[in-house]
Amino acid sequence: MCDLAIRCHGLRKQYRTRNGTVDAVNGLDLEVRQGECFGLLGPNGAGKTTTVEILEGLLRATSGEVEVLGMRWGENDDELRQRIGISLQETRFPEKLSVCEILTLFRSFYREGKDPTAVMESVGLTEKARAWAGKLSGGQTQRLAVACALVGNPDLVFLDEPTTGLDPQSRRQLWGIIRDLGSQGKTTLLTTHYMDEAERLCDRVAVVDHGRVIALGSPIELIATLGAHHVVEFAVEDGRHPAPERLSVLPAVCEVRNEAKGVALTVNEPHLTIPALLQLLEMENLTLVRLTTRQASLEDVFVHLTGRHLDEEQTAPA
Amino acid sequence: MRNRLHPLRELLLARFRESFREPEVVFWTYGFPLLLAVGLGIAFRNRPMEQIYVDVEQHTSAAAVAEHLRGSPGFTVEVHLRQACRERLRLGKSSITVVPGEHYTFVYDPTRPESALARQRVDDVLQRAAGRRDPIPIREQQVQEPGARYIDFLVPGLIGMNLMGSGMWGVGFVIVDMRVRKLLKRFVATPMKRSDFLWSMVGGRMLFMFPELGIILGAGVLLFGVAVRGSIAGIFLISVTGALCFAGLGLLVACRAQHIETVSGLMNLVMLPMWLLSGVFFSSDRFPAYLQPLVQALPLTQLNNALRAVILEGAPLPAQAGKLAILVAWGGISFAIALRCFRWN
Repeated sequence: MCDLAIRCHGLRKQYRTRNGTVDAVNGLDLEVRQGECFGLLGPNGAGKTTTVEILEGLLRATSGEVEVLGMRWGENDDELRQRIGISLQETRFPEKLSVCEILTLFRSFYREGKDPTAVMESVGLTEKARAWAGKLSGGQTQRLAVACALVGNPDLVFLDEPTTGLDPQSRRQLWGIIRDLGSQGKTTLLTTHYMDEAERLCDRVAVVDHGRVIALGSPIELIATLGAHHVVEFAVEDGRHPAPERLSVLPAVCEVRNEAKGVALTVNEPHLTIPALLQLLEMENLTLVRLTTRQASLEDVFVHLTGRHLDEEQTAPA
Repeated sequence: MRNRLHPLRELLLARFRESFREPEVVFWTYGFPLLLAVGLGIAFRNRPMEQIYVDVEQHTSAAAVAEHLRGSPGFTVEVHLRQACRERLRLGKSSITVVPGEHYTFVYDPTRPESALARQRVDDVLQRAAGRRDPIPIREQQVQEPGARYIDFLVPGLIGMNLMGSGMWGVGFVIVDMRVRKLLKRFVATPMKRSDFLWSMVGGRMLFMFPELGIILGAGVLLFGVAVRGSIAGIFLISVTGALCFAGLGLLVACRAQHIETVSGLMNLVMLPMWLLSGVFFSSDRFPAYLQPLVQALPLTQLNNALRAVILEGAPLPAQAGKLAILVAWGGISFAIALRCFRWN
């Protein structure tokens, strides 16, 4: 199919460790369409970075098929490198080179590309053109990394955790830049463990856990699989919450989850659930200390599928 | 927009800018060897003739003996009581005590070089004063011209040592630093030609070499009057070969290392034998014969020998071909192995 930017099938990557082998990627299938912004969402250690580095041609898969822009690594490497742009999870640029010098250096590697000045403008670094990379803030450094990915005017852009560790304002700035890529018709593959980032930016999301895709679809489709769009969270004094079977029979409740600091109910119609919940608590003589309602998110999808939160460290697969 | 920038040129520019914006790098590359040359040059400059300190023990003829000795150049003579003489000898204030009498007695420690020398000289003066005639007339011709002093020996050695140090660090350390920063990985994620990158490392070394060579050699000539007898072109060619050789070794040392500590250790491991054996501060000929095959096989030995031959003796370049061949072999083999084993990720 020619409208696919990335196609991979049965991707597997094994690492040898002291205690035997670990499957970082374990039979992963992926199809990314041209022009879409595709997100790999999953907790740390789920295999996102390994997958992306295989797709970028930086790692060799143990087995599986990979096709990028209709080409394969090992056959058309130079052509592929000319047409993709990459931002690694972590790159520390030379501290004593300026933003403009670094971009000019990267520009020189590509046959065709963009003027560094234009790229700096598109990521909002024009004012920092002469600043040394070592003097940039975290957000500016990350924008420089994205700029280096764009200076070769790629068709396909890989962004590995582009906003991890950034303050909210810097994250929003980067989101703006990533949205612009979509409007220029570029295909973007980004990895993240922030569900709000995936929801806001991605046309489609693959939820990855233990090296496998466990759910795939647009954020709206994925949330719809929960069967309900709202989450009611509450906590009672001393943590003596009602038994789950008593909560699951409340009106409009689809799912009951015990969480670290309370209980989360996935519900269709919160205006029916909440009065019944308050009544139940009163009957059981429990004092409510917290009650919130919110829209269901991809986070809830992940918890629904795995029983864990996205920010929990991945435990090694047994 | 088509690419009008040449990647090799841009990589070289980046190397330059980074190096010269790092004050420590500039100091250790250019300032430190200069300080070393100046310091050692001053410490080992040729001093005026050593004085010989002689005590004469109190005696009726003591004054006459002292007079004879003072009449010869290079003696500092004092007359003291026996106890004082022994004390001064013990503390090293004098090298020998002469006890006059029917037989003269020399009190001295034969294991102290200055005492052994003093014994010969005092004996000589006193025997002549007593009427000895030398059967063979001796004439002296003293030599103190540039070319034979310690500083003359030292300057080529410092050039060699510096070419080794900055070649190893300038390539090895920089590459491992880039690997640690994931910058190498970022570079190979672009269409950058790997050969461009490696050539920029080697090319950078070639260009940095010129000021290094100029500063040390210039300081030698201007501050200490070191006479350069061979051709500048020859010195250049030897230095370029040396720099290439050590750039190759630096690349080899860095080709797999993933930590700064690893590469530092490896570099010291490679350089230590050469600091010790390759004749930087004293001639490598002084090592025993069974060590010579090892000493001669080290690239720095060959580099230092070639530099000394051309700078100090004015030897022609073709005569250095064998030494240069050893350097080229070291560099070439290191380079080839490094290219095969290089870890980009």
